Amino acid sequence: MSINSLKASTDRGRAGDKIFSGVSLAAGVLILAVLFSVAVFLMVQAAPILSADPAEVTGGEGFAAYILPIVIGTVVAAAIALIIATPVGIAVALFISHYAPRRLARAFGYVIDLLAAIPSVIYGAWGYIILAPQLAKGYAWLAENLGWIPLFAGPASQTGKTMFTAGVVLAVMVIPIITSLSREIFLQTPNLHEEAALAMGATRWEMVRMAVLPFARPGIISATMLGLGRALGETMAVALVLSPGALGASLIRTGNQTIAAEIALNFPEAFGLRLNELIAAGLVLFVITLIVNMIARFIITRHKEFSGAN
Amino acid sequence: MKALRFGRAAAVISVAALALTACGSDNATGDTPAAEGAASSAAGVAVSGTLTGIGASSQNSAMEAWKAGFESMNQDAMVQYSPDGSGAGRKAFLSGGAQFAGSDAYLKDDEMTQAMEVCGPDGALNIPAYISPIAIAFNLGDVTELNLDAPTIAKIFTKAITTWNDPAIADQNEGVELPDTPITVVHRSDESGTTENFVDYLSAAAPEVWTYEVDGAWPADLQSENAKGTSGVVQTVTSTDGAITYADASAVGDLGKAKVKVGEEYTEISSDAAAKAVEVATPVEGRPELDMSLELERDTTESGAYPVVLVSYHVYCTTYDSQETVDLVKAFGSYVISEDGQAEAEASAGNAPLSATLSEKAQMAIDSIKVAS
Amino acid sequence: MAANQTLQRRQSQLTRGRLPSYAIWVVVAASLILGAAISSLVGFSVVGWAIITAIVFVLAATIVTAVAEGERKAKDKLVTFLVYGAFLIALIPLVSVLWTVLERGVPGLSYNFLFTSMNGVTGAVDNQAVEGGTPVLGGAYHAVLGTLQITLWATLISVPIGLLTAVYLVEYGAGKNLTKAITFFVDVMTGIPSIVAGLFAAALFTLLFGPGTRTGFVAAVALSVLMIPVVVRSTEEMLKIVPNELREAAYALGVRKWRTITKVVIPTAISGIASGVTLSIARVIGETAPILVTAGFASSINWNVFSGWMSTLPTFIYYQILTPTSPTSPDPSTQRAWAAALLLILMVMLLNLVARFVAQIFAPKTSR
Repeated sequence: MSINSLKASTDRGRAGDKIFSGVSLAAGVLILAVLFSVAVFLMVQAAPILSADPAEVTGGEGFAAYILPIVIGTVVAAAIALIIATPVGIAVALFISHYAPRRLARAFGYVIDLLAAIPSVIYGAWGYIILAPQLAKGYAWLAENLGWIPLFAGPASQTGKTMFTAGVVLAVMVIPIITSLSREIFLQTPNLHEEAALAMGATRWEMVRMAVLPFARPGIISATMLGLGRALGETMAVALVLSPGALGASLIRTGNQTIAAEIALNFPEAFGLRLNELIAAGLVLFVITLIVNMIARFIITRHKEFSGAN
Repeated sequence: MKALRFGRAAAVISVAALALTACGSDNATGDTPAAEGAASSAAGVAVSGTLTGIGASSQNSAMEAWKAGFESMNQDAMVQYSPDGSGAGRKAFLSGGAQFAGSDAYLKDDEMTQAMEVCGPDGALNIPAYISPIAIAFNLGDVTELNLDAPTIAKIFTKAITTWNDPAIADQNEGVELPDTPITVVHRSDESGTTENFVDYLSAAAPEVWTYEVDGAWPADLQSENAKGTSGVVQTVTSTDGAITYADASAVGDLGKAKVKVGEEYTEISSDAAAKAVEVATPVEGRPELDMSLELERDTTESGAYPVVLVSYHVYCTTYDSQETVDLVKAFGSYVISEDGQAEAEASAGNAPLSATLSEKAQMAIDSIKVAS
Repeated sequence: MAANQTLQRRQSQLTRGRLPSYAIWVVVAASLILGAAISSLVGFSVVGWAIITAIVFVLAATIVTAVAEGERKAKDKLVTFLVYGAFLIALIPLVSVLWTVLERGVPGLSYNFLFTSMNGVTGAVDNQAVEGGTPVLGGAYHAVLGTLQITLWATLISVPIGLLTAVYLVEYGAGKNLTKAITFFVDVMTGIPSIVAGLFAAALFTLLFGPGTRTGFVAAVALSVLMIPVVVRSTEEMLKIVPNELREAAYALGVRKWRTITKVVIPTAISGIASGVTLSIARVIGETAPILVTAGFASSINWNVFSGWMSTLPTFIYYQILTPTSPTSPDPSTQRAWAAALLLILMVMLLNLVARFVAQIFAPKTSR
């Protein structure tokens, strides 16, 4: 190989470098542009609600009074979902990556991935046909025995279509997402770390706690955030499972509502100001996600030292 | 080795894809297409093109029937209808996104004004196309028929009456053994024309009891068990003992249905009774002569009329840009309100057909559609 | 004599202080009995029995291990039980969902269903099927085609953009303000309610091509808005955990950065990326609301994503459930809906297999 040909290949390489970095930069900027236009679209569509006469907004007391209960409902539903789904999802991921026999693990991983793909309409239908009647029995028991706790205040819903049921359905929808991503990350834990821990005489749990979890923490948070995104924005499943109503503390009574379901239920017949109102509700949901994600990012950056590529 | 494996998989997948995509058919019912002769004779002129409508989901089943019937008579024409909802349909129509809208309510005055922008100075036409009686359906074991007057119905739905053996119900139903089951009210969770029409009935026929606003959404103060869509409320009532709801009559299946008191007698729900209620309706004031927006008289005392009824409209422009579109709209519009079209819809959707007088008036309105000058 | 030998073996140096293997079954049996006893006190039911038994078992086994083998071993046991338990708990609803879909979907999977559209199928046809006991006519062929086409286009749009953005974030833009902005806004994008994405795409195309522009491609754009953040987010995580040693080794050999990325970094992470892409497709393939406002609703076959309305399986399912073709006898519609759901799951399964396969081809050989 002559010196010239070596130089030529470097030149080509340099051009390739420039093009590649340029294209990836462009992709990033494109995303920003899309998001910016979505935001502009939302704001333009939502704007009339701010100047609207409070009496004309649904509920008759202005937009804040309309949106606040469903914001709380959204957060509660997502919280129930995550409280159930995060530990279970991570444990299932651990089971697949570190506990189950290797061969079974692949099959399980496959089934779990599959479940992420079931359309929300199906989860919704399953929720109200199969799950709700089952849970309704439990609610009756809770209302009878633990009714003094406001969360379980009776009378329990006859049909089981309550906030808690919605939360459980959301959890079932979110588990595959959390599991799928966490599993991939657990599997990427450097073998050396794991083996070092085991060589020191650590039990399996100690190995997981000291080598796997710290390595995977940012990834777990990312996975949870993706799950949260789905839980917050889920429309159809909640719309089918929940029997919505006014805000109330009891999780086992009819009532409460989430933003996404409110939009889905009322959008088809919405017209004029009502339409602006629903889009404004969408904007609020946007802001909630923004805040939650900011908090998550903040936590991740505090644990940055474990990431591979910094 | 890798390339080989990949190649094999690619081959398998592409063969599978081909197998899947190659043998699909649009001929689901196995019918042979109608003879050409029938096509031209039924519509008068041969029409072609695609007609786009967006609107109420209540009409969806009937629309499937109209589509199938119309397309089999006019091989070159196609109708597409997206059941997004009445609001979405009116919005799309007014912004020019659809050639006609299906709506559970006629255009309001300000919408009529807006319609002039897309339809020209004469604006839009509201034509009733789909009449569906709303059943007051309940799940009460052996009891499949109850006599109820409007105030009692209103009291049940405002939860002033909470058990089935309440004297107010029992007095109207001598000889019926009423259990002391608590009443579970089930209503629609989504905004809907069914809710609006039902509430409109309550507020007109029992104004002392029902003091809530007439709206497509159930009053927020009366929250109770609820579900999405007609099929949702019916499913909920079917699985809950002592539940009551309001739903399109065609969908309630084996549930008990209330006879509603009109004048001095109790009227059973039926297509004829619903059509009669629509026939005695008065035209909305201040509309163009040919417009058929109807003000239903919910408190009518006309014997044999069933006033809890949903009238769903087709909204057309009075003028369209091209002769082709005008022909297409006229042909489709005429078919929908024709005896054939209404019969097809009834067979599919179980709704009530338009009466001959209404159908005649609607035909006059549709005949007035012309090319924009 | 034999018993004596086993006893001696157990006393050997390596296994000292460990419970014999039959101990766990003793604890299981004891917990079953105790569980039955307690649950019969509060009102016996099989579910209650199972729950109480499980709790008693986990507690008892942990305590026994703690006494016999020490605290660290006990903790390890406890976590093992919890992990297995979580897996079993997660399986219950997931199996139930799958079972429901299978049970209700399989009867509807006929030749008619797979290879015809809903063109011309009216309520009268369904009524006839119910009353006359004839086979249910009409199928989801048009919806399958629509799903494939729309999802394909959405993937074609989102995967390159998402992948490249993730590459930029991890490899080029580390620490830059633009990176922070993109990361942040990608996160925000995960929170866009799907209907809003649909409305946005509809508004965009209305602006560009006039009102009422509804085609499969508009739907693909709407789905891309939902899909991109998932692709970016998962790819980013996967790229991040590629060890720096690999990159440095490549640089040390004089390999260009872009070659390093395409030949070393991405292949190392490909399994995770493929998982992420599959997940993102899975996320959007089941979307209903954005399709309704962007692609309309068709009952006949449409091969062209750039013109005409289209149905997808989720919209098909949605309308078959919510507005049955024949309101008087909704059973055929329900049957079609569940069969379509099963079909959708099968499609995703196939797609998943393909993704895994592709990942395997590109992935480097590893010890795992």
